[in-house]
Amino acid sequence: MASTAEPDAMMAADGVPLKIRLRRAERMRKVWALALIAPLFVFLIVAFVFPILSLLTISVEDPEVNDALPRTAEAFREWDGQGFPPTETMVVFAEELAMADRGGFGRVSKRLNYDISGFRSMLKKTARAADDLAPLSPDAIHEGFIDIDSDWADPAYWLAVKRASVRYSDYYMLWAIDLRRDGTGEIVDVAEGRAIYVEVLIRTIEISFAVTVLCFVLGLPIAYLLATLPTRRSNLLLILVLLPFWTSLLVRTTSWLVLLQNEGLVNDTAIWLGLWNEPQELVRNRFGVYVAMVHILLPFMVLPMYSVMKGINPWHMRAAASLGAPGWKAFLKVYLPQCMPGVGAGTLLVFILSLGYYITPALVGGPEDQMISYWIAENMGRLANWGLGAALSAILLALTVVMFLVYNRFVGIDRLKVS
Amino acid sequence: MKGFVGVSAAALTGAALVGLSATSPAQAEDTITVASWGGAYSASQREAYYKPAAKEVDLVVLEDEWGGSLSEIRVQVETGDYKWHVIDSESGTAMAGCDEGLLAEIDWEMMGGMDRFLPGAALDCAVGTISWATVYAYDGDSFMDGETPSTIADFFDTEKFPGKRGLYAKGMGATLEMALMADGMSASEVNAYLHENDEEAVARAFAKLDTIKDDIIWWDTGSMAPQLLSDGEVVMTTGWNGRIYDAIVNEGKNFVIVWDGQTIDYDLWVTPAGHPEYDLAMKFIEYASRPEVMARQSQYISYGPTTTEAAELVNPDILRDLPTSPANLGNALWVDTVWWADHEEELTERFQVWRAQ
Repeated sequence: MASTAEPDAMMAADGVPLKIRLRRAERMRKVWALALIAPLFVFLIVAFVFPILSLLTISVEDPEVNDALPRTAEAFREWDGQGFPPTETMVVFAEELAMADRGGFGRVSKRLNYDISGFRSMLKKTARAADDLAPLSPDAIHEGFIDIDSDWADPAYWLAVKRASVRYSDYYMLWAIDLRRDGTGEIVDVAEGRAIYVEVLIRTIEISFAVTVLCFVLGLPIAYLLATLPTRRSNLLLILVLLPFWTSLLVRTTSWLVLLQNEGLVNDTAIWLGLWNEPQELVRNRFGVYVAMVHILLPFMVLPMYSVMKGINPWHMRAAASLGAPGWKAFLKVYLPQCMPGVGAGTLLVFILSLGYYITPALVGGPEDQMISYWIAENMGRLANWGLGAALSAILLALTVVMFLVYNRFVGIDRLKVS
Repeated sequence: MKGFVGVSAAALTGAALVGLSATSPAQAEDTITVASWGGAYSASQREAYYKPAAKEVDLVVLEDEWGGSLSEIRVQVETGDYKWHVIDSESGTAMAGCDEGLLAEIDWEMMGGMDRFLPGAALDCAVGTISWATVYAYDGDSFMDGETPSTIADFFDTEKFPGKRGLYAKGMGATLEMALMADGMSASEVNAYLHENDEEAVARAFAKLDTIKDDIIWWDTGSMAPQLLSDGEVVMTTGWNGRIYDAIVNEGKNFVIVWDGQTIDYDLWVTPAGHPEYDLAMKFIEYASRPEVMARQSQYISYGPTTTEAAELVNPDILRDLPTSPANLGNALWVDTVWWADHEEELTERFQVWRAQ
């Protein structure tokens, strides 16, 4: 048997060459590994990739007119936008208005009303009379429209229909940064009194930044104390940090509402102590938002810093002192640089978590303190403006990614230590 | 891999079975969810309609709260994910929802015909349940000496009456009209003005609201308005008359309602289009519209009924507290349903943007 085989082809017990056996075992292991990550992979696709992609699609989609009045949309797309649409286009429009089902018609009028306020009632009036309008000859059709509502003599309304006839457009993306296209297609500011989203975006970054700085300033001494105290006492302190961390966010936020209100504990105590005479407004404003958000996010700053500080050899500080450095200098030059991975992790975590904050500002903030997530929720839910909600979400996503990249550039993601 | 799929399929089926067995006892009875406005109003509906419905017509009613914007119904109809089967809606919302096919038409034969109801309380897709008003009120204990607010203009006059004002956060209905009346229009002029020159009217109302913007504290549920008043957070607040009445009668507050410039509206039962429980929704609405059942609600809150038969059975103690009581109608405005049907969604959005600026 040994004489027939190759001299270096080692056999397994069952006579199969060892190399093949090895390869088989390797393949089995790969299949197993794949099978083990498959649930996670499927979960990520279903719960993460797919929703984000569909959300990005909705943000550039403008489907209402296309879905409810398909022939109208096609005819308006062919019109060059000069003067008024060809009369044949108007006839198609009248015919489809007469036939449109109530649901589709409702969506179209809501969409067109976004563009020109008052379009909804005008379109409703027109649709009610559309049965008489559609049989008119092309020569008389425009007059027919004007008879129903004189605004049809204004090209702006026809152009608005044309703008809404393109299935994919930048309409909602522009809206999300307070811009729109005028009749000629130029990008201009939205009407006065309607602009809000750039302000909200700036406000979101501002609040996140302030919360991060406050968390850092308050968290650094706590983390330092935790890392340097003897274990028994630092454990007790750690529990004090962790206990609120484990308490429901909603409970903590509502508690602040109770504590800070006009007749709340804080105001009552301060008045009793004579700090101020009239109840101060401490909640439903920016102050309340900062207090509640810093309180909730502080552990995310303290814990990474603590875990890094814990690993810093105390001998370094003593060595610096023995070389003549005063305490503050040793701290700045020796200790702090070694903390940077923890500081980096803490600030990044707090900043990115802050960007998406919703429930806390909604409960303890006033209308001028609501962040971008509030407006995403408002548009997705109560206002049922999914296009705008999706566009705002896309901006929030982009902002988070940009923050992450900037951070990676300057601090380096590989240097982060969370625990 | 195959083994895994099999296992997970079994797990899913198991989960589904657990889910089914958990919900099946409730499914055995007829159950619907009614969305309304919370607080004392929902409590009055609970006593008058929901609890008795279980005994008298075998219908289990679950409750939810909503903010009154048509968009909230639109989301459910367009996604097919229905949370609510019957909704207590304002009239403009009910009319717009009907026009846009978001609400189902009422089986008026089952309701005993539209003629049973007061004018405006019977629509194609909606059945009136109460008449109510947005008013403003102050705490009598805070105005012990000196002048007390008495006109709608006083609500906007922070020089004469310094202090915070409570105002409804979620929509502009009534707030718009009140701002115009405070700006010098009489109740009888407002609706015509809205129809003739809506852009100018809205701009004028926003300008009037701008003058007190820094003094506003927002309430977003009906029960929050009297709460703000009793907590001393505001010196006066707008509110729904039944909620203020509830705080006066049931909590012994010394609140005073200012009826000048009140805006009266109906609330109506509606049902979203296309959900599977249409028959149960009609059954509930029919039950709640029976005269003796409808009149029952006046035992608990000062809202008026919407049928003449029920009006005769109303609790006599609340008659003078009803918005429609002659003494309260001096400068009163009936909400213009048609105008609001056209403008509610747009103004809700503009109002939210204005609040945040």
